[in-house]
Amino acid sequence: MAMYSKKIVIRYTPDIVQQPVIYQLVKQYDLIFNILKARIFPRREGVIVLELSGLKENFDRGIRFLKEMGLKVEPLSKSVSQNINKCVHCGACTAFCSTLALSFEKPSQKVLFDPEKCNGCELCVSACPVRAMEINLL
Amino acid sequence: MKKFKVKKTIKEINEKIKEGRAVVVTAEEMIEIVEKNGDVEAARKIDVVTTGTFGPMCSSGAFLNFGHTSPRIRASKVWLNDVPAYGGVAAVDCYIGATEVVEGDPLNSVYPGEFNYGGGHVIEDLVAGNVIKLRAEGYGTDCYPARKYERNITINDLRDAVLFNPRNAYQNYNCAVNLSDTTIYTYMGMLRPRMANAAYATSGQLSPLFNDPFYRTIGIGTRIFLGGTQGFVAWPGTQHNPNVPRGTNGVPKQGAGTIAVVGNLKEMNPEWLAAASILGYGVSLYVGIGIPIPILDEEMARQTAVKDEDIYTQVYDYSMDYPKGVTNPLAEVSYKDLRSGAIIIDGKKIITAPLSSYYKARQIANILKEWIEGGKFILGEPQQTLPIA
Repeated sequence: MAMYSKKIVIRYTPDIVQQPVIYQLVKQYDLIFNILKARIFPRREGVIVLELSGLKENFDRGIRFLKEMGLKVEPLSKSVSQNINKCVHCGACTAFCSTLALSFEKPSQKVLFDPEKCNGCELCVSACPVRAMEINLL
Repeated sequence: MKKFKVKKTIKEINEKIKEGRAVVVTAEEMIEIVEKNGDVEAARKIDVVTTGTFGPMCSSGAFLNFGHTSPRIRASKVWLNDVPAYGGVAAVDCYIGATEVVEGDPLNSVYPGEFNYGGGHVIEDLVAGNVIKLRAEGYGTDCYPARKYERNITINDLRDAVLFNPRNAYQNYNCAVNLSDTTIYTYMGMLRPRMANAAYATSGQLSPLFNDPFYRTIGIGTRIFLGGTQGFVAWPGTQHNPNVPRGTNGVPKQGAGTIAVVGNLKEMNPEWLAAASILGYGVSLYVGIGIPIPILDEEMARQTAVKDEDIYTQVYDYSMDYPKGVTNPLAEVSYKDLRSGAIIIDGKKIITAPLSSYYKARQIANILKEWIEGGKFILGEPQQTLPIA
């Protein structure tokens, strides 16, 4: 079986910081970890960047476990996408898109997303009131 | 009384609708019709102009009645998916407000807060048919002995679910900028420092109250498109204020009229009621509203032909002036400018973006048009129009 490997960012909240989360990744899901960066902030929120390797199936289960623990998990390299089912085409995002990946289609006034132009700055993710702009993890 | 060359009544227009003979156009289409034919001829030809708006409208919520339990409970505290609803109504009635945030949310303690779930989401989940955890607490009385009640419900389990929004469809709204040196997070969205962007929030020429600026046809009992079904104007909206500066066309140059609306939540659709999480501000609800405007005479024809370039709003600083309550407009801009993607203030080009969806507003105006053309929607005669002074 081929090994799967990916660099991910895990964000901790103060209530989880005491729990041996990484240990569980090894013990329960047979994953290899390599910590690239780790930091705890003054209010005890933390961020860990690590490379996680193992069988794809175990990797997916491990990520699910992290999310169920209430941790925020993001890929280190991200791709942004527009969830068409959620987008209401208000265009609030367009003011924040410096590469013009997000724009109004004329004359329909629909908001179009061109992933080719996106530089992954993620400002649209914050600007979208209906959370239609998503960061893809896997 | 003004003398008009064309005179029609809502009753006459309704007869035409019932016979399938009514001529209906959207507020966008009306612009060209009046330009080509003039207002008198347009008034003769056209019976109804449809409008639409789809934007975050915080002053929204729903009255829910979940039916009597056994044993009975006087539900004085109610939660829906852990979002508090107001229980100080009757035994099993409550009101879920769109901006209520889920209990335990960190709010802005981790700034800017994400506000992932709240009343707006509960309302969207209800209309989507999703399962909601209902939790209620009572203090126990001889007639209502139960102290706790918990059940998973969907909207079908509710006895009644009525959307009642105290203030919607604002006739005009501020354009927001940020003069400070740091990004701020407002109900108008994220505003970048030194006027890097400007946010606005109406559908301009398509917006209902811009097309009947003196509320000649809109009032209590006006039938409307609300959340995908037929609802009504229930009352003037809170903060309704007709006494503001207006252009020569009568259109207010700042926030003015508002409407309170009511409709059956059970008939609504998540496509026209969508929850909003506004970074650093809170939760809100996108509401879709469309109002049909009967063309009673040439004045109504002229007013429904209003264009973005003839509708103006004020630009305010949301970093200092607005929070302090200082009314000091930085500039006056037209909706044509706003919708062009950039405005110029003090020689500086500022990127503009709306919070309301023009695309959806147009869809609403078109759906309403189809309903009326198909005889499925009869105009509601207002029992009393909105106050004009």
